[in-house]
Parts: sequence; C-alpha cells; structure tokens
Amino acid sequence: MQGFASEFNTAIGLILNGDAELWAIVLLSLKVSVFAVLISALIGMPVGAALAVARFPGRRVLIILMNALMGFPPVVVGLLVYLMLSRSGPLGVLELLYTPTAMIIAQVVLVTPIVAALTRQVVEILAEEYSEQLRSLGVSRLASVPVLLWDARLALVTALLAGFGRAIAEVGAVIIVGGNINHVTRVMTTTIALETSKGNLALALALGAILIGIAIAVNAMVSALTLQAEREGLRHA
Amino acid sequence: MIRNVFRAVVLSLGLIAGPTTAEEPFIVVQSTTSTQNSGLLDNILPWFEAETGIDVRVVAVGTGQAIRNAINGDGDVLLVHSRADEEQFVADGWGVERFDVMYNDFVLVGPKSDPAGVEGGSDIVAALTAVSQAKAPFASRGDDSGTHKAELRHWEAAGVDPADASGTWYRETGSGMGATLNVASGMDAYALTDRATWESFGNRGNLEVLVEGDPRLFNQYGVILVNPDKHPRVRASAGQRFVDWLIGPDGQAAIEAFKPNGQQLFFPNAK
Repeated sequence: MQGFASEFNTAIGLILNGDAELWAIVLLSLKVSVFAVLISALIGMPVGAALAVARFPGRRVLIILMNALMGFPPVVVGLLVYLMLSRSGPLGVLELLYTPTAMIIAQVVLVTPIVAALTRQVVEILAEEYSEQLRSLGVSRLASVPVLLWDARLALVTALLAGFGRAIAEVGAVIIVGGNINHVTRVMTTTIALETSKGNLALALALGAILIGIAIAVNAMVSALTLQAEREGLRHA
Repeated sequence: MIRNVFRAVVLSLGLIAGPTTAEEPFIVVQSTTSTQNSGLLDNILPWFEAETGIDVRVVAVGTGQAIRNAINGDGDVLLVHSRADEEQFVADGWGVERFDVMYNDFVLVGPKSDPAGVEGGSDIVAALTAVSQAKAPFASRGDDSGTHKAELRHWEAAGVDPADASGTWYRETGSGMGATLNVASGMDAYALTDRATWESFGNRGNLEVLVEGDPRLFNQYGVILVNPDKHPRVRASAGQRFVDWLIGPDGQAAIEAFKPNGQQLFFPNAK
C-alpha cells in the first residue's frame, strides 16, 4: 500500500498543479450538470407544486410513480436517450448523440423526478398551512402555485442540490449518450471510469477526491447564499 | 441577490458553452477500448487533425457494441478487431469496404503462482485445456467484444465449453478489457488480453504474461467506412479521408512510430 499512497499523492499533485486538460473536464462536468439542474427546476418545480395542490383522480398514482422515478437506473435512462437520439432513432435528425447536449438531456431525465417529488412534498405542507388564507383571498388552488413556490424557495434549494448531486456523480447514462469522447464529452465520472479501466487506480481515486471537493464547494456556496437570503428576508420582515 | 447570482451563472455558462458547440468538421469513429487505453489514438490523431482540420471523435467500446452502434448509424468510421464480424458487417451492406490497418497479438496472463502450470508455453489451446482441468479461476470479457470472440474460438478448439463452468472457475465480467484485468488482478485469475492493453495496464498485481507467440493469437485490426447509402447522414467524405489516411503512408508511419516506453504495440500492415 506504500506505493499506492505515494502514487495517490503524485496524482493529487498533478491535478492541483493546474493541468489544463483536467480543468476543462471539470468545467464540462459542472456545465452539463448545472444546465441539467436548471432545466429540471423549470420542469420539476411547477409539476411538483401543481401535484401538491391539485386534486384529481389518479393523483396518488402519479405521486407514487414520480417518487419511484427518483430511483430510475441511470444506465436505463442512458439507453432510452441513446435510442431516441441515435441516427436510427426518432430524433436522429437532430444529430445530438455524443454531444454535451445529449448528456444534459439524460441528466434532466434523471434529475427532474427528484426535483418534482421533493417540491411536491415541500409545497404540500406549505399549502396546508396557508389553505385558509388562500381561500379567504379567493385564490384558486393552481393560481396559488407561484406564491407557494416563492415562499418555499429556500427549502427548494435542497431539492436542487439533491438533483445536482445525482447529476454530477452519475456515469452510467452519460457514458452511453456522450461516448466519453476526449475534449468533447469526457467528464469527471467518465474519466474516472476510463482511468480505472487502465488500471491507474491512484489517479482514478485522486480524480474522485476532486469530484467530492467540487460537490462540497458547490454545496457550501449554495448554503452560504441561502443563509444570506434568510438574513435578508428577516431584515425585510 | 439570488436572482443576480442566477443571472451571472447563466451568463457564464453561455460563455463556456461557446467554444465547444462551435461547428468544425468532425467525424465519429466507433472503436475498441484497446486503441484508446493504450494511448494509440490520442497519439496519432493529432497528425491527421493537423493535416486535414477534421476533428476525430472516438467512442471506445467493445467490438460487438461498436459494430451495433455503427449499424444504427451512430458513427462514420468503424475501427475494430474481429475480422469475421467486420466482413459480415460489409456483406450486410452496413459498411463500404474493409481494409487491414495494423496487428498485434493476444497474450494469456495469469498469476505468478500459475496453478495450471502453463508458464512459458506457446500453445494457447493446450494452455486453456490445462486451466480448465485445474479449474483455475479465469476472467472472461463475456461482452461479445473482439477479444471475447477470440477467446471463445480458443475454448472451442480446446473442446471445452466454459459456459458449463460459468460462475465457478469461469467468471464472465461483462466489461471492458481493463475492467476485466482489474478483476483478474483482484482474484488471481487467468485472462486473455490484447498486448496493447496489457502493456499500458497499471494494476497488474500478481499477474504476468504466461503464454504468448501462438500464431493463433494474431490480432488484426480493420477499418471500414459506414455505408452512406444506409445512413445518409454519415459524414462520408471526411470519413473516407480518415480511412485513406490511416491505411496510407502517413497513417501507417504514425502507427509505426507509436512506441510508449520504447515498445511498439501496433504493427501497421495495410496493403
């Protein structure tokens, strides 16, 4: 294990010395996952909030389905997106396979159920608290969605972070639809998979450490922003 | 505050997105893990890209999957190593024409303790027979790749059906060559590997080359342009330029010159 430890140190050193290629990979990982989370938020939050306040037959079934989709195996999502985007697939004319866009699409499919399900939970509790006020103001259930989302915004940040965590750590889907192409679709997780398959275990582990570092940095940043927003909110109140 | 941050993030993402989405001519090559893991393609492609301005995007998977992806039209050029399948691919009309590019060889690796006693042999069939008789652990690709198919041919020649031993001493990883070598290294198993992947593999543990030099271990790579008649969106002219370059004097010289640690891993043999 002595050799492994020194190898690991060398790998960390290489990385911290600002290898341009590595930072391009880190940047692409962030770009793909942040985009995917933003799009998922645009879809998942309204859907989740609507499910929280609307009452219609089959609502429970939909909620169960949505919750179950949080555990959708990434490799299956990758396969489905591949079949859609392949030149023999229905969306083949778009020529999106093996591009970062394809990876964003796959991650949106993975992350949207998480954002929607967590939003539904948060908003449902809030809607119950506010139900009398909203009713007395004559606001319809669906019309109350934007208000409720705005009020729940700080809690919803956690939903987005959960989604980001799933997106940035995921390898099964992006390796199928992205193809792990050097300088085009190679991200942190697919690089780790590649280095592992080369038997460069220390380097793979060092890259994993970087990935965790990024996740911590993103979470810390968002947490700081949330805290500041909370303070500002108190001041205005 | 949050809204401003959000706006800044979106703006900066737009800036980052710029260069990578800019359209420059490129082709997608469906290839095998051995050409990528060994560093061959990373080493020779810049020559082609500098000469032609065509960016080559390599998707490295097993030969079986590479061929299926190419049949779906998700690649412009196929660079793999399973001759019978490549000829079938062309015969079925999916490819234009197959050309020899280069060769190397397969080797049988195994633990230094060598429970089957095959070390130093040069007869792969006899060696596999010994492994099966010793019921020594053997890690197989099990993924329909070129290496997996070569391995199955040798088992057949040995008159052994390893499927009978699946899950006992015969362990199918269903993964790439590197992942399979990691498994073999972890459980001190025998494995058949192409020499290029082996030479560049960093986690050998107790493994070493035990059997090599059998003419049946010859490993030929071929290149095929995906047929634009089947898939009109195939980038045929750029793809053809790559095929011509690879089997022409410049490409062949680049393959010849690729010697990591002074050792040649691929031997050009285009006709």
